[in-house]
Amino acid sequence: MKARCKQDALFDFINFLYIIAMIVIFAFPLIFIFCASISDQNAVWQGKVWLWPVGPSFAGYKRIFEYKDIWLGYRNTIVYTLSGTLLNVIMTICAAYPISRKDFKAGPALTTFYLATMFFNAGIIPNYLLIKSLGLLDSFWVMILPGAVGVWNVIVTRTFFRSNIPNELREAAAIDGCSNFRLLIKIILPLSSAILAILTLFYGVSHWNAYFNALLYLKTRTRFPLQLILREILIINTSLIDPESLSGSASERQTIVESIKYGVIIVSSLPLLIAYPFVQKHFVKGIMVGSLKG
Amino acid sequence: MKVLVSKPKVIAIKNPPSLLKDFKLNYELYILSIPVVIYYLIFHYFPMYGLQIAFKDFKANLGIWGSPWIGFEHFIRFFKSYNFWALIQNTLGISLYQLLLGFPMPIIFAVMVNEFRYKSLKKGVQMLSYAPHFISTVVMTGIIIAFLAPRTGVINQLRGVLGHGSIDFLSRPDLFKSIFVTTNIWQNMGWDSIIYFAALSSIDMEMCEAASIDGASKFQRVWYINIPSIMRVAVILLIMNCGRLMDIGFEKIFLLQNPLNMQSSDVISTYVYRAGILGAQYSFSAAVGLFNTIVNVILLLTVDKISRSVSEYGLF
Repeated sequence: MKARCKQDALFDFINFLYIIAMIVIFAFPLIFIFCASISDQNAVWQGKVWLWPVGPSFAGYKRIFEYKDIWLGYRNTIVYTLSGTLLNVIMTICAAYPISRKDFKAGPALTTFYLATMFFNAGIIPNYLLIKSLGLLDSFWVMILPGAVGVWNVIVTRTFFRSNIPNELREAAAIDGCSNFRLLIKIILPLSSAILAILTLFYGVSHWNAYFNALLYLKTRTRFPLQLILREILIINTSLIDPESLSGSASERQTIVESIKYGVIIVSSLPLLIAYPFVQKHFVKGIMVGSLKG
Repeated sequence: MKVLVSKPKVIAIKNPPSLLKDFKLNYELYILSIPVVIYYLIFHYFPMYGLQIAFKDFKANLGIWGSPWIGFEHFIRFFKSYNFWALIQNTLGISLYQLLLGFPMPIIFAVMVNEFRYKSLKKGVQMLSYAPHFISTVVMTGIIIAFLAPRTGVINQLRGVLGHGSIDFLSRPDLFKSIFVTTNIWQNMGWDSIIYFAALSSIDMEMCEAASIDGASKFQRVWYINIPSIMRVAVILLIMNCGRLMDIGFEKIFLLQNPLNMQSSDVISTYVYRAGILGAQYSFSAAVGLFNTIVNVILLLTVDKISRSVSEYGLF
């Protein structure tokens, strides 16, 4: 009995150390970025900033406010995210509801038709040629049409409909003479707010964070989403930055870009940071629904 | 009584035998499906038709159909090219590294956090660990570059405090794979652990109590009850991951690449992008991409077979 208590105490101790280590590993980078964004930049470079801002200075944020491209990118990303997510949710419901109905004859065939694309992807070159021949290159639509439906989300939604909407409800409505459209809009969708929230969040985040399609298909700077502008600031530095949006010589611009890096990270993630604590449980729920095999 | 009531219903559902009747009854469901089918035809099935350029000498003015066939020439050129083995090695190397190191981490994390006694802190750690998942690839790469910057980056400053010299991490080919994999783990470990938390929460508490009465220590309970009960989920996920070995995402690798670390960071997807989009060798890169896809599909199907025989669960 005593040996067991000792063992348990050791286990608890190791467990405690592990949890503390994890908290440090996850929290330190986030805290550091926040502190560095409101610290004096020279202090950051000299390594004086660790877990507390040094000589609080909002010069970086002031520069970000004056940086036109960031706000243009911000606006574009908001437009792409809102319109793209709306299209995504509608299309996903259109795809998932019919195949969730066991009495729908074409259901299994359609499911296979959708699922097959998950495993056999033509690759970026044929896709690029397609976008080019459709005349979508460098247009607004190229940011929302190519990813209009995600197969995985369709499957999650189908599973939700099957497991959460009792079949009797549909049958009762059908006997009362309710058409399929009315059934979907008046009965099923109001009962599906959980899955609608999950879909909106998953699609919304992926639009907010996407850069690959923009990199491939957009050429005009005024259409660039925020992530492409961030790429210039955070990754490739000043060489590609438009001289018109930032004045001064190359080295001055380099200094400015260096000084706004951490602030830009915070500003670009702000909507997610604010929403995250409130919507976190919906994401987790989404994973749970998805892990059920329907 | 119940059976008697439900029987006619079943007959009513199974009654319409033909597609035509189903179409009459459920025409609205067909209408709903039309936009989705059109979307898939245009954006997913039409590019498959375009894939034929991998076997053709594609000329923009002749179009996909009009360009002359040249058979497997592009494939042979790729197999014989000097960086073929380097690309395969990098692609598989990064994936395997990711699998070996990244796969056990969420399991350990879930098991450890699950045993933690302080409820509020437990929730806090979980929430904190999911957060990095939502950081965009661009921002994540930006953070990596800023943290690893020579001299001014926080990692090098930490090394300075400990009395080590500064390292230019991202220009060292030998460190690239480790940087890529560890930052991936940081970003996704918490998120990937959600499914294990779900499996752990479905363990019968009575089993743990019985074990504890029988004199099992905490470690023994974790080892003989918790771990075996999440094993099934783990095996399925492991098999699924094996099917994706040739399929590492383009986005992060591409952003972390620079001319100095190229020799260990160049993978098939970035090579296709460079040769195809930047170099406009459409046919050749389509062939390289197709080769990758075919290897992927073969891997997936093999893995699905194995999965079905081991766990009764297929992937599809």
